[in-house]
Amino acid sequence: MQIKQELTERHVLTLTVDNEAGTLARIAGMFTSRGYNIDSLTVADISEDHTTSRITIVTKGPPPVIDQIIAQCERLIPVHKVTDLTEAGPHVERELALVKVNGTGDQRVEAMRLADIYRARVIDATVNSFIFEITGGPDKIDTFVTLMREVGLVEVGRTGIVGLMRGAGVS
Amino acid sequence: MPEKSGAEILIDILVEQGVDTVFGYPGGAVLPIYDALFQQKKIKHVLVRHEAGAAHAAEGYARATGKPGVVLVTSGPGATNAVTGIADAFMDSIPLIVLTGQVATNLIGSDAFQEADTVGITRHCSKHNYLVKDPAELATIVREAFSIATKGRPGPVVIDIPKNVQVATASTDVKRPARTRFTYAGEADYAEINRAVELIANAKAPILYTGGGIINSGPAASEALRELAELTGAPVTSTLMGLGAYPASGDAWLGMLGMHGTYEANMAMNQCDVMVCLGARFDDRVTGRLDAFSPDSVKIHVDIDRSSMNKTVRVDLPIVADVGTAMRQMIDVWKGRKYKKQSLEDWWARIAGWRAVDCLSYPGSTQEIMPQYAIERLFEATKDKSPIISTEVGQHQMWAAQHFHFDAPNKWLTSGGLGTMGYGLPAAIGAQLGNPNALVIDIAGEASIQMNIQEMATATQYRLPVKVFILNNEWMGMVRQWQELTYESRYSESYSDSLPDFVALAEAYGWKGIRCDDPAKLDDAIAEMLAYDGPVMFDCRVHKTSNCFPMIPSGAAHTDMILNADQVSGTMDDEAKALV
Repeated sequence: MQIKQELTERHVLTLTVDNEAGTLARIAGMFTSRGYNIDSLTVADISEDHTTSRITIVTKGPPPVIDQIIAQCERLIPVHKVTDLTEAGPHVERELALVKVNGTGDQRVEAMRLADIYRARVIDATVNSFIFEITGGPDKIDTFVTLMREVGLVEVGRTGIVGLMRGAGVS
Repeated sequence: MPEKSGAEILIDILVEQGVDTVFGYPGGAVLPIYDALFQQKKIKHVLVRHEAGAAHAAEGYARATGKPGVVLVTSGPGATNAVTGIADAFMDSIPLIVLTGQVATNLIGSDAFQEADTVGITRHCSKHNYLVKDPAELATIVREAFSIATKGRPGPVVIDIPKNVQVATASTDVKRPARTRFTYAGEADYAEINRAVELIANAKAPILYTGGGIINSGPAASEALRELAELTGAPVTSTLMGLGAYPASGDAWLGMLGMHGTYEANMAMNQCDVMVCLGARFDDRVTGRLDAFSPDSVKIHVDIDRSSMNKTVRVDLPIVADVGTAMRQMIDVWKGRKYKKQSLEDWWARIAGWRAVDCLSYPGSTQEIMPQYAIERLFEATKDKSPIISTEVGQHQMWAAQHFHFDAPNKWLTSGGLGTMGYGLPAAIGAQLGNPNALVIDIAGEASIQMNIQEMATATQYRLPVKVFILNNEWMGMVRQWQELTYESRYSESYSDSLPDFVALAEAYGWKGIRCDDPAKLDDAIAEMLAYDGPVMFDCRVHKTSNCFPMIPSGAAHTDMILNADQVSGTMDDEAKALV
């Protein structure tokens, strides 16, 4: 017997949640216990009075599973609102990465040149290392990181994406 | 400003919320609460013999009374022992408030004595949970917990209270506003109701597929269901959890559906043109093979929980609402628009053909008590007493669902979703405490009853006249049945060896014990059980190798029911084996 795999879609969900102990564990654990995927997850307090956080989750699944994920998120008591940015229409997604590249000579020059093309900023430098800061959509960062592997990449930190709907509307 | 301890505040709020009974077991981390309980008279504490018993007793109390059940256990093992009952209540949507003691806040995370991460452990088997870090928060949290447990789709809520929070004091005269941070469905959208009514009114072969949501919605929902069935003339079937919402004596009743449901209910589900799912959730035990489930019907699904919609079966018209309210709206629209009951003669004629199969018939015996016969005789002897029936899990549970008939809601307590052996006896105890004058019977198997048999002492202590009716076939019958169906009768560990003498055991606990193995003497023995004013354990020795039919085997469609033992093949392909 073979275990069947289904075709999946990538969706970006944003959740408005109560900023209290256990909320993140409740959401992340629900994904695990029901067998849903998390590609990335970001969370930060966004309200003036520190009572509300916004969570951005990138997930993959067949469309009925995405529907279930949204419904299961909404069922959690501290979750107030769930928006599927992918369904909601045009939106922007951004992610920040810090990329450390070690090297000397030509390799170092090439890293610097590529960083310039990708509009990555140097935020730390020694005689044999750089840390670049790059912001963009996930594809751009993927490509940049792939290129840096050729020229001495030693470490990457990525934030996972945050997203907002385009135009005046809110999610 | 007057101050009270956390423990005293907790008791005050429980009283305010109408709690009269708490099921619990003391221990180090809840001693302050037990001391506060000792000094008051409004709440009765029922001492169980194992924390699993406390949780199931609270479930039985909740299911039989419609009120939330309250559990009080200590930290660590107290809490972990209660987890099965919490998970059971979560699956079956039973409102519970579970109060657990915790080590003092300064010790949390230090692997202190009897410390367990209760909030972590119960996070995904409860509707919500809390760790209370300040006695000043306690009142708000407990009030919110009751609201969460009982509103919307009911479920268990766990409140973990560290020992120092129980002892520390807080001001009591601050009336904090109740938080309103969650919403739940109530009335349905009238556009959806109109469409649903139109579909039902124009159906040639409608069916009402009802579930435990109707019981949870309250007695008014059962009334509405009866009226809706009468108005539309549609046949009614129910899940295991919904039995009693529509009377089994009603004309439109097809019996339970699903894996061990009736042939007529499953065939009608398969062949209907409009399916109205009312407070049920298309569980795998109901649907059988999904791609063959009722292929040609338009499906309407009324559920209070949005996440139940399209979870396994795609429906055409999802209606997120309280099922009782939605049915009342359907009735109003039906009457308002002056729809007429269709004749549905062809549909009922087809149903009559399926009924004629007489799927619940079984081979009779004058030598041995057939298990189905035992349930039938128990039903005949008790049907005028409006009994509350609980069950354990296994063959006896399915035979009870098939052969015991319920005419009212809140009379049938069973572990449907989680399938917890050991549920029945504590649930019967909880139901008896909530209904002191009712006849409460746990229909059990000889294997299941041993899982929480220690609760016999609880019944003795509180003089609860519960009856335990054991269908004793010396096998974990459902396991054996599946081994016959799937594994060519290789009986791996399914024989109930070294059984206790149940009559002697009953007497040891101060109960009455009765044994019967003769069908001719069964009625008298049942009468003797019912006549005894106190708890009785009835060891009913039944035919040992009977299996529960009809049955939809794992991975099969509704139309592929096994009606009797002759059709059992003994092997299955791997796809079917992998299904539970």
